[in-house]
Amino acid sequence: MINRLLVANRAEIASRVFRTCRRLGIETVAIHSDADAGLPYVAEADTAVRLPGNTPGETYLRADLVIEAAKKAGADAIHPGYGFLSENADFAQAVVDAGLTWVGPDASSITSMGSKIGAKELMKSAGVPILEAPESPTEADLPLLVKASAGGGGRGMRIVRALADLEGEIGKAREEAASAFGDGTVFVEPYVERGRHVEVQVVGDGAGDVLVLGERDCSIQRRHQKVVEEAPAPALPQATREALHEAARAAAAAIDYRGAGTVEFLYDGDADRFFFLEMNTRLQVEHPVTELVHGVDLVEMQLAVAEGRPAVEGSGPAVEEVALQPSGDPGRAPQGHAIEVRLYAEDPAADYQPQSGVLTTFEVPDEPGVRVDGGFVSGSEVSTFYDAMLAKVMVHAPTREQACRQLAGVLRRTRIHGLVTNRDQLVAILTDPDFVAGRVSTAFLSGWSSSERQRTGVETTDAPLAAAIAIAETQRLARTVQARIPVAFRNVPSQPQRTEFEASPGSTDDVLVAEWWGGRDGYSAEGVVVRVSTSSTDGVSVTIERDGVATTYACRVTGLPGRETVDVDAPSGHRRLVRVPRFLDPSEQVASGSLLAPMPGSVVKVLVEQGQQVAAGDPVLVLEAMKMQHTVSAPTDGVVSRLEVAPGTQVAAGEVMAVVEEQG
Amino acid sequence: MSDTATDTAVEEAGHGRLETPSHREAMLEKIAALHAEQAKAIAGGGEKSVARHHARGKLLPRERIELLIDEGTAFLELSPLAAWGSDFPVGASVVTGIGVVEGVEVMISANDPSVKGGASNPWTVKKIFRAAQIAQENGLPTVSLVESGGADLPTQKEIFIPGGKLFRDLTRASARKEPTVALVFGNSTAGGAYVPGMSDYTVMVKEQAKVFLGGPPLVKMATGEESDDESLGGAEMHARVSGLADYLAEDERDAIRIGRRIIARLNRERRGTSYGQDVPSSATYDVPAVAPAYAEPDADPEGLLDLIPSDLKEPFDPREVIARVVDGVSPRNGVAFDEFKPLYGTSLVTGWARIHGQPVGILANAQGVLFSEEAQKATQFVQLANQSDTPLLFLHNTTGYMVGKEYEQGGIIKHGAMMINAISNSTVPHLTVIMGASYGAGNYGMNGRAYDPRFLFTWPSAKSAVMGPAQLAGVLEIVAKQSAESKGEVFDAEGFAGIKQLVEAQVEEQSLPFFLSGMLYDDGVIDPRDTRSILGICLSVIRNKPIVGTDRFGVFRP
Repeated sequence: MINRLLVANRAEIASRVFRTCRRLGIETVAIHSDADAGLPYVAEADTAVRLPGNTPGETYLRADLVIEAAKKAGADAIHPGYGFLSENADFAQAVVDAGLTWVGPDASSITSMGSKIGAKELMKSAGVPILEAPESPTEADLPLLVKASAGGGGRGMRIVRALADLEGEIGKAREEAASAFGDGTVFVEPYVERGRHVEVQVVGDGAGDVLVLGERDCSIQRRHQKVVEEAPAPALPQATREALHEAARAAAAAIDYRGAGTVEFLYDGDADRFFFLEMNTRLQVEHPVTELVHGVDLVEMQLAVAEGRPAVEGSGPAVEEVALQPSGDPGRAPQGHAIEVRLYAEDPAADYQPQSGVLTTFEVPDEPGVRVDGGFVSGSEVSTFYDAMLAKVMVHAPTREQACRQLAGVLRRTRIHGLVTNRDQLVAILTDPDFVAGRVSTAFLSGWSSSERQRTGVETTDAPLAAAIAIAETQRLARTVQARIPVAFRNVPSQPQRTEFEASPGSTDDVLVAEWWGGRDGYSAEGVVVRVSTSSTDGVSVTIERDGVATTYACRVTGLPGRETVDVDAPSGHRRLVRVPRFLDPSEQVASGSLLAPMPGSVVKVLVEQGQQVAAGDPVLVLEAMKMQHTVSAPTDGVVSRLEVAPGTQVAAGEVMAVVEEQG
Repeated sequence: MSDTATDTAVEEAGHGRLETPSHREAMLEKIAALHAEQAKAIAGGGEKSVARHHARGKLLPRERIELLIDEGTAFLELSPLAAWGSDFPVGASVVTGIGVVEGVEVMISANDPSVKGGASNPWTVKKIFRAAQIAQENGLPTVSLVESGGADLPTQKEIFIPGGKLFRDLTRASARKEPTVALVFGNSTAGGAYVPGMSDYTVMVKEQAKVFLGGPPLVKMATGEESDDESLGGAEMHARVSGLADYLAEDERDAIRIGRRIIARLNRERRGTSYGQDVPSSATYDVPAVAPAYAEPDADPEGLLDLIPSDLKEPFDPREVIARVVDGVSPRNGVAFDEFKPLYGTSLVTGWARIHGQPVGILANAQGVLFSEEAQKATQFVQLANQSDTPLLFLHNTTGYMVGKEYEQGGIIKHGAMMINAISNSTVPHLTVIMGASYGAGNYGMNGRAYDPRFLFTWPSAKSAVMGPAQLAGVLEIVAKQSAESKGEVFDAEGFAGIKQLVEAQVEEQSLPFFLSGMLYDDGVIDPRDTRSILGICLSVIRNKPIVGTDRFGVFRP
């Protein structure tokens, strides 16, 4: 029996495992880096152990420190979560060697599935269809996919569309893989343009018995990372579904798999065929959709298997009361439909750049049918060191269409302030007619035009006006001189008040202007009726009535006076409006041609020297942030007049890294 | 004169109530006329001139002010109709007023360069003098937004000699530790050069500011030296060489930014006690939970428009005005208006109230005429306000002190003199609003312009003169008739009718608010509905100096 469990992970997944532990009476131990000390999962655990430092290499990837922490805290078992050390066979072995219970598959299973090349060979011999890797690729084999052998979740994956790029991409992929997983092995395979990602959840008892818990469709991806996952997979012929389940069972049985695992397939819907991709020997991020439709608790099953009991016995009540069936029956068909979206702090309009900073408000409506697995709460800081996933938001509904509609509604009403997220894009996906009709593929998002990708779904006409009035109202309430004289009172009115916002983030060239009047009768603006109310919990509510139709905007104002940011939440969604400062100190303004760090990170390569001539588009330096490398290029032809960084320099977002002085 | 007014008023009082809508319409018409006159001032030098000015990337004075003051705060423009009825444009090519900059109440004066290059005419100078007086009386810092082509030469005789006071005021303000800041946006030459010269802080806009005693032609004439604008008075030169400029601004907005930073560093926390401040629950910039310190008026200020008869012969109850101006009942203000001596001297209402949380004593005419009782009541009330250091608010609707044998024998002069004595020597701040009539010595007794109220505003319904036009013409006729008769001549009544009509029309015109405002006899004509806000600002402004009532008055003759 496990009495005290350490979760060798952080944030959302740690909270998720703790929740089951609490229900089962198992004591919990968290580990945390310095950056994570304030996250909710640390407080949720009965005991927490600090791992000094911030980078994964210093903390969550240090097998020795994690085991030491377990011993120090008196834990008798370790659950690895996903990512980090979850698929590290050496770690699994070390845990066992330390006399602790390892909640996961045998080290040997991890090893055999951990090498993707090896895994494919193994599957081939077990009769599972696989994607053949070309020996020496030619033009006809394009596009190709370069994949990190030890990777997962899309990290280290690169598409190659020209043979000439192959070498370079392999190099970059190796570098990334080495830095992220400590293993630089990569392989190349054909890239199926319009495939679907369908995966099967299995739980093995380690003696060849494998329980199949249906499949999930995880086709909607960006940058090869899943963002929307659902169970069961839509538009899948029953025969194919059964064949997939059987292939997964065979795959797991082939290695006498023990514990929860996922067998991933590439499904070609046009030809109705599938290929084995890989097997993940851990709990998947998207496991809750399976839990919802099957009414099981996969963590509980993992724990049961780890304790040497049958998995099915362990499938106790679902983690959330949202399950249709309170007590699990894994054998029966899935009930209803579950969809999960991964809410990321990232900017879809800027190539999904991860965002960091304080999540000032984070409130997901708590409603029947909704499940939220999150690692952050209002006030949490999202650091640059780890994955920027804020939460998984799920809906379980009788049908897929209902689930889409409900989840889109939940997301629209979710309050997220302080950071840019992919929320609007998720809403756009869930309301996309193709998606709703079940026409999904891994190319779904790349098939979107850039305007589709950036569409917000938020009606914006009056958002700047609402934000401007919210700022004025906030300033009014903070006023100490002439505190209750009407806002912008003029005995000789001559012009409206003007409040300007950036039309797009970081741009002060293109502005949104709100013009309004104050005075005796309160706020007013051209063609609308304005009403304002303030509460300490909801901020400033601005109701704007246009042509008899009133819409209320909940506005939260942050930042220093004159430089506010306003989070505007309307029924149609959210918009973050950053004010163009009323005044700019000229000495603060950056020289044109400055290369600013697009996000916090560290410089890994500097490709130019001071004084060097560069052409527009020439790479100047490479920045690594959130485990992704970003090349920063020269904006114009010119000379590198300033170079402020060297490899290893840590930069903050917006920091000047170099200046290219334009010539002409 | 006044007794007839009272009689008629009593007769018509009933009609007055029935005709309420017409009061509103009449008032709205007058307010529309006021807006039209204000629009002239706002238009500055006209469309073409404004467009030319904007095309150079320059801002108009009100645009500069909008940027200078804290966002969303009030700007109380003063004397907007200065020069009305004169040969000079309405507004007198300068904007003056009180705004809040970095939480500090400041007097702002801004030349309007779209009007003849911002040249000063005699009214400009008078308007700036008035602003300087308000700044002095209330201890406000002054920010001058300078861009003026100097004096209007054809009227130099009216500007040059008195104009020197402008610079004297600046340096005396500085000596009183009332800081002076000059933001120079353009020309500030010859005498004008002393505005930046006499100011504590000077900011000049690059490539725009031009500050010298003599331009290139004058220098050439005086000494034969060849020079140019930049070397004689450019912003860069003054910032780097002469040291006249303390800061060099990149552009107009930057100059305003620097000006705001200067004010922010003046170390001027609000002086005096602050009354009626809502108390924020926290010092953060989050939305504070605010405990309201006072309530809005018990009656809707909108009703003020229905209240004031278009014919000033009809009296109206000033308590109805007070109820629409002063703080309503709230936990900290159990009664909106505590009337003093309600049964005595009932033609004058006196009492205590609060406006925007700030205590105030109010004297308001109820029946137009001031009798001995009213004068005595007023005298006592003014003394009481001085005892408790409470500011006073005068609401005019008076036809003057009562005349007639009975009243003269009853000592109306003695009693009127007592009232004027009390008001003249009272040292608590006085605010005056002329709602309706303000005739004769009533104007004096109720603290008219000559008695230096800190602020004096006029409603569009007001009229002020030595006496009513009809009465004045009537008096003239009687005097002329007596004079003719004493000389044994026959009085030409028919012939005099023309003169009488002319005089009546002229007095009527000269007793109207725009004319009086043009003469700077008030600080502005205001929409009655704005009275509360404006008084609130004034009461806040006067608290920049300590309020200490006097215990010394002139000799009373009881």
